[in-house]
Amino acid sequence: MAAAAFDLSGLNESAWRSFVPGAWQERVNVREFIQRNYTPYEGDASFLSGATDRTRGMWETLQPLLAQEREKGILDVSQVPSGILAHDAGYIDKDNEIIVGLQTDAPLKRAIMPFGGWRVVAASLESYGHTPDPAVGEIFTKYRKTHNDGVFDAYTSDIRKARSSGVVTGLPDAYGRGRIIGDYRRVALYGVDFLITDKQREKRELDDRHSTEEVIRLREELAEQIRSLKELKEMATRYGYDISGPAANAREAVQWTYFGYLAAIKQQNGAAMSAGRLSTFLDIYFERDLREGTLTESQAQEIIDDLVIKWRIVRFLRAPEYNQLFSGDPVWVTEVLGGNGEDGRTLVTKTAFRMLNTLYNLGPAPEPNLTVFWSPRLPDGFKRFAIKASIDTSSIQYESDDLMRPKWGDDCAIACCVSAMRVGKQMQFFGARVNLPKTMLYALNGGRDEVTGDQVGPNLAPITGDVLKYEEVMERLDPMMDWLAKTYVNALNIIHYMHDKYAYESIEMALHDRDVLRTLACGIAGLSHAADSLSAIKYAKVTAIRDERGLITDFKIDGTFPCFGNNDDRVDNIAKMLVSMMMNKIRMFPSYRGSTHTQSVLTITSNVVYGKATGNTPDGRKMGEPFAPGANPANGKDTHGALAALMSVAKIPYDDAEDGISLTLSVVPSALGQEEDRITRGVDALDAYFSSGGFHVNINVLNRETLKDAMEHPEKYPQLTVRVSGYAVNFVRLTREQQMDVISRTFHGSM
Amino acid sequence: MSEPRVGSRYELNVDSEGAKESAVAHDYFSVHPGDVEDIPDQDDLVGYVHSYEVGSTVDGPGIRFVAFLTGCLLRCQYCHNPDTWHKRNGYPVTVSRAMSEISKYAHVLKACRGGITLSGGEPMVQRPFVLRIFRRCKELGLHTCMDTAGRLGDRFTDQDLMDIDLHLLDIKSGDPDIYEKVTRQPLQPTLDYAYRLSALGRPMWIRFVLVPGLTDGYDNVERVADICASLSSVERVEVLRFHQMGSDKWESLGLDYTLKDCEAPDVALSERVRGQFRSRGLTVY
Repeated sequence: MAAAAFDLSGLNESAWRSFVPGAWQERVNVREFIQRNYTPYEGDASFLSGATDRTRGMWETLQPLLAQEREKGILDVSQVPSGILAHDAGYIDKDNEIIVGLQTDAPLKRAIMPFGGWRVVAASLESYGHTPDPAVGEIFTKYRKTHNDGVFDAYTSDIRKARSSGVVTGLPDAYGRGRIIGDYRRVALYGVDFLITDKQREKRELDDRHSTEEVIRLREELAEQIRSLKELKEMATRYGYDISGPAANAREAVQWTYFGYLAAIKQQNGAAMSAGRLSTFLDIYFERDLREGTLTESQAQEIIDDLVIKWRIVRFLRAPEYNQLFSGDPVWVTEVLGGNGEDGRTLVTKTAFRMLNTLYNLGPAPEPNLTVFWSPRLPDGFKRFAIKASIDTSSIQYESDDLMRPKWGDDCAIACCVSAMRVGKQMQFFGARVNLPKTMLYALNGGRDEVTGDQVGPNLAPITGDVLKYEEVMERLDPMMDWLAKTYVNALNIIHYMHDKYAYESIEMALHDRDVLRTLACGIAGLSHAADSLSAIKYAKVTAIRDERGLITDFKIDGTFPCFGNNDDRVDNIAKMLVSMMMNKIRMFPSYRGSTHTQSVLTITSNVVYGKATGNTPDGRKMGEPFAPGANPANGKDTHGALAALMSVAKIPYDDAEDGISLTLSVVPSALGQEEDRITRGVDALDAYFSSGGFHVNINVLNRETLKDAMEHPEKYPQLTVRVSGYAVNFVRLTREQQMDVISRTFHGSM
Repeated sequence: MSEPRVGSRYELNVDSEGAKESAVAHDYFSVHPGDVEDIPDQDDLVGYVHSYEVGSTVDGPGIRFVAFLTGCLLRCQYCHNPDTWHKRNGYPVTVSRAMSEISKYAHVLKACRGGITLSGGEPMVQRPFVLRIFRRCKELGLHTCMDTAGRLGDRFTDQDLMDIDLHLLDIKSGDPDIYEKVTRQPLQPTLDYAYRLSALGRPMWIRFVLVPGLTDGYDNVERVADICASLSSVERVEVLRFHQMGSDKWESLGLDYTLKDCEAPDVALSERVRGQFRSRGLTVY
């Protein structure tokens, strides 16, 4: 028993004083602690405090550094391979910081993380004008194998071909997979010693099990986890903190939690490094301090503001190819706000408001990726404040609490954009996504790539007629999707086997239970184009045009056809079918470590590269044109207004897309009606969407002119934030191509 | 490509057969045969619809489904939908087809405190269709709203009005001469209708389009405001500022657009006019 090592009576009087006791005191159980101790808040935003001079000063201090970074790409880099203890303590302004801790010894100075792959580190350094340290290069090429090396040792030729043609891309085979959320709250609630003792118990329990490969791996991982917890303690010591015991007040709770997170971002350059679901947990400490009279509202806000400043300067060194997939330097410090508990009480607390308030105190920003779990049953005051912040800052995304809670409980958080997981009890093997429209073209051309002419897919019979027939195309598509799913799951199994082996996330996993649920998170891109293409074939007349190689590379479309995004079942049902069809095919292939197959309809910003690699499609999309992001309707095809588009997307079955369905919606402010009605209109529209089965929506309330002006005068808009597929970016940090893509998308003039 | 007759009300849409033909072959400003005659009652009534839009926040309360019907007697100089003047500008839609589209959004419209608005054109020219749609919408529990200039108000019986929760009643001028100059139709029928709605206590939002040099005269506004103040069931007055978004439609229909050089009213003028309404205790937007 972990608890046996501790004298609990002492804790009751100190760190755990006045908390409602429960089983959480004997075993790690953060959810139970929250449920027994939190204070739901159903009021409005009037209690909030503005930024203090200290906070404004801290944020100002960073501005010149951020400006330099925008100009140079990266501000500075440390070539000491990163790890929890690789760097000394670093500060922005040591005397004035409330929450401390940087990834390296200076703000915005990036670290290298070569365990994922040396080549990508070297390329990243060179792209920013730094010469890779040859000594480090030698270590990671000669003496120490990396994740990237491992993957390419095991890739099959089929996978390599699919990868380079662009039918399967964005795979985390050269970068950290991310999408793992340590339960950083455990550090605050229990202190590190308790957690180490608990991990030792978990490991000891395996002693009697026969040493199969699985058990050996787990034992080794637990040893790594314990080692990383000890490093975490040491890291905090460098900042002058002893975090072996629990946090005793709100500031410590935030600091301890942040230390846990900091260790993770020192160790891993994951594609998404979410914070989790901290607000409700931290609020318990804030409430206690406020009750005890040791904290004012202004001080509470100041602590949150300082935490958010830290989150806003998390940086990773990434390669130009990576930036194409995930543009704007995102980190996905995703923090969940709101939602309701299984017992029906709302999980909204005052600290959820304080988190949103940082958008006013510090101005809009893409990070943290503030994610509101929406339900029509949320308290009205919170709904209104969130929508107000959306209208003012375009910095928030919304996800359906009512779809997630039954599957993942009321203590789940979001990894990256839309991937829900129980905090500390579940992780995912991130799998990027496959290109659905290209697969359809392979189906027409017997597995040959429409761009290169290479035989990438299986050599099946191509379509020979001129006018495409829906049934015939579906007959060809079915085996092509079988091949795709097989190749895809094959690749993912290899990637995650090697990632576990060569770039294991020991500190993040140390903040999980030993026996976690793993998901294999597959994904699809280009859904609306695939659905519209099939709709064109079914409802209009599509004639194939062949080039000199005999490949179908263009289409003549006569007549009209319904397009996804107009709440028209004729085509919406095709989209639904494609999602379920792909999911069922993926499920056919056994996954690494017994993980549960899931999929997302999410592209991040990779919709641009995918489109670039894909030929003309039967929906009229031209070769090289970007796909619509995520589950968005194709550009300009959603002609019945925002609500109709929302209704179409809401039909995509979450049961067959459990890793999330992403929609990005841009409306001009006047679409929400008279100024004084806008918050109400926005709240109502979200209630309508989520009660219709919608899963996720990014909301931008912007005029296109603002974005155009920002392209011309980026210096005027350093904090202009827009939501793209599943995350937010500083608009001025997108590539020009991606800026154009954002501007060209539908801006709804009405709801 | 995708379906044509959809989209925003400002989208140019003259590709239906009727529109093209009418613009060239007849005097487009005249009222054409068939424009205002009742269609005989039948099981699945057909109406003529220019387009519809889901999610409007400017055509009545909440978020609304708005259908723009075709056919209108008025020839307002500032009309931003001249492609809805003739019934044949629209495409035929049966009541059941229209309801299958509307009912898809029923729960959403209710969640958004909205409902359905029939606009145009002048929905009154298609009375049986309009009433059938409103009845079916009431059965779905939807809030109903008619955007009308009231010219054909005498076609609607008191009983008919029971299914219309709210009127957006356009009073384009309070001066009969200016009214006729603006619309080519008389003012009186609109006033008669407004007083009837008032007597019956039927809620209305009065809309007044503010066009510099045409309807902005102080006395003209005073007269509209007096009318509004004398009505018992006016919930609000909306002063709609003239805009040029309809001008390209006039051009592509080959029509002479008299307001080519007219600019949108400035803030001072808009505030003066709003103030004239406000001074009578009216709620003004």
